[in-house]
Amino acid sequence: MSELLKNLFRFVLFILVQVFILYHIPPLHRFITPYLYYLYILWLPFSMSRASLMAVAFLFGLSLDYFMYTPGLHAAACVLIAYLRPFVVNMLISQEGADKNYLSPSVTSMGWAPYFTYVFVLTVFHHGYLVFLEWMTFGSFLYFIGKVIATTAVSMLLVLLTELLFFRKEKFRTNTV
Amino acid sequence: MRNVILFIRKYANFLFFLLLQIAALSFLFRYNKYHEAAFMNVAGEFTGSINQRYSKVEYYFRLKKINEQLAAENTRLNQLLKENFEMPDGSKKIIMDTVQADTIREIRKYTWLGAKVVGSTVNTQVNFITIHRGFLQDVRPNMGVVSPQGIVGTVVNVSDNYASVMTLLHRQYKVVVKIKNGGERGTIEWDGVSPMFVTLKDIPKSAKVQVGDSIVTSPTSSLFPGNLMVGTIAEIVDDKSSNFYTLRVKPATNFFNIEYVYVIANGQLLEQRRLEDSTRKKFQ
Repeated sequence: MSELLKNLFRFVLFILVQVFILYHIPPLHRFITPYLYYLYILWLPFSMSRASLMAVAFLFGLSLDYFMYTPGLHAAACVLIAYLRPFVVNMLISQEGADKNYLSPSVTSMGWAPYFTYVFVLTVFHHGYLVFLEWMTFGSFLYFIGKVIATTAVSMLLVLLTELLFFRKEKFRTNTV
Repeated sequence: MRNVILFIRKYANFLFFLLLQIAALSFLFRYNKYHEAAFMNVAGEFTGSINQRYSKVEYYFRLKKINEQLAAENTRLNQLLKENFEMPDGSKKIIMDTVQADTIREIRKYTWLGAKVVGSTVNTQVNFITIHRGFLQDVRPNMGVVSPQGIVGTVVNVSDNYASVMTLLHRQYKVVVKIKNGGERGTIEWDGVSPMFVTLKDIPKSAKVQVGDSIVTSPTSSLFPGNLMVGTIAEIVDDKSSNFYTLRVKPATNFFNIEYVYVIANGQLLEQRRLEDSTRKKFQ
């Protein structure tokens, strides 16, 4: 499957999973909303320019927003993590040129610890911004802090499960041909 | 000029980031204020049709519950039939004549429009449901929505064949209701804590309230006809610093398995609003 087709397929799948499975889970607590959809942005290839990352993230967030009747909310958070992603990748990439030798960020291309640090940092930024925007409309500081912590914990668990269930094999590509 | 172009080229990514953020935030704040957004109608039609496909599957598994709901509603309506009310003496029998109210259109205030729920959420802070009935089928924004068990919310957005309804479980939703026994009016809101309870505010402490009392709609809300079930009082929070009770109310509607709703069109709403607006203008 070509990379473009794969990503288009993922785009639809992540939205559907978020809207029809994760948002249909009976509420456990007001602080807990299971988010997984933003993993799509973390899985996008290394080779994408920052501008196209942001454009894709905006479209992706907005399509979820239209399902949830919150136009702009998820889009804003997605654009933020798309903008920050290259900084975090550059900081955490372990060996020289891993972003050239592998297609996209994953456990194989980055290693367990750096990959999960990468996921964790962007998760905190995503949820922090998302809940902050909610807090602007209603809620209190306790709500903000509590929801960011609880939702981040649940999201990390979901990401870990996804990574274990759908292990992505990354081919090592040399650029010395 | 050259410096400006150099600046833009150097910070192109950051500027693009700011542009997208501004676009997203303007969408959001505009929506929070007026509940309308760019492309919402087109997108509503599309998300509605996907929601409908999903709900077709889910619907099958809920048939039993829907059946029970309908049977309960039928029982309730049968209780109200005029044949159930009869005086011992035939000469004093009161017959409710409904013909007049049905044929002379001006007298009818509320029209009930049935609709199927095709999408809903309960576990966010801003919960909406999508119904498969839209502008072409006479649904307009600001119409009340009730389920067979109790009130659900208000229509906020309409596309050609679908409409989105802001439910009681939305942080910005407010509706005027009253206590059935005493008639004291208050406002229903949701504090976002649990989807099992909403909050009723502004009930004066002079009111006699008890746990279990019914809360019904008030005709002053002009969205709903009077005396439709809203919920029952679950807890009375006695705030010593205030002259008003804060009541925790258990909604009569079960938002988890809602399948069919009625949209209530108030035929005299425009006239009422026009009068109220002109009164306000007169005394400004």
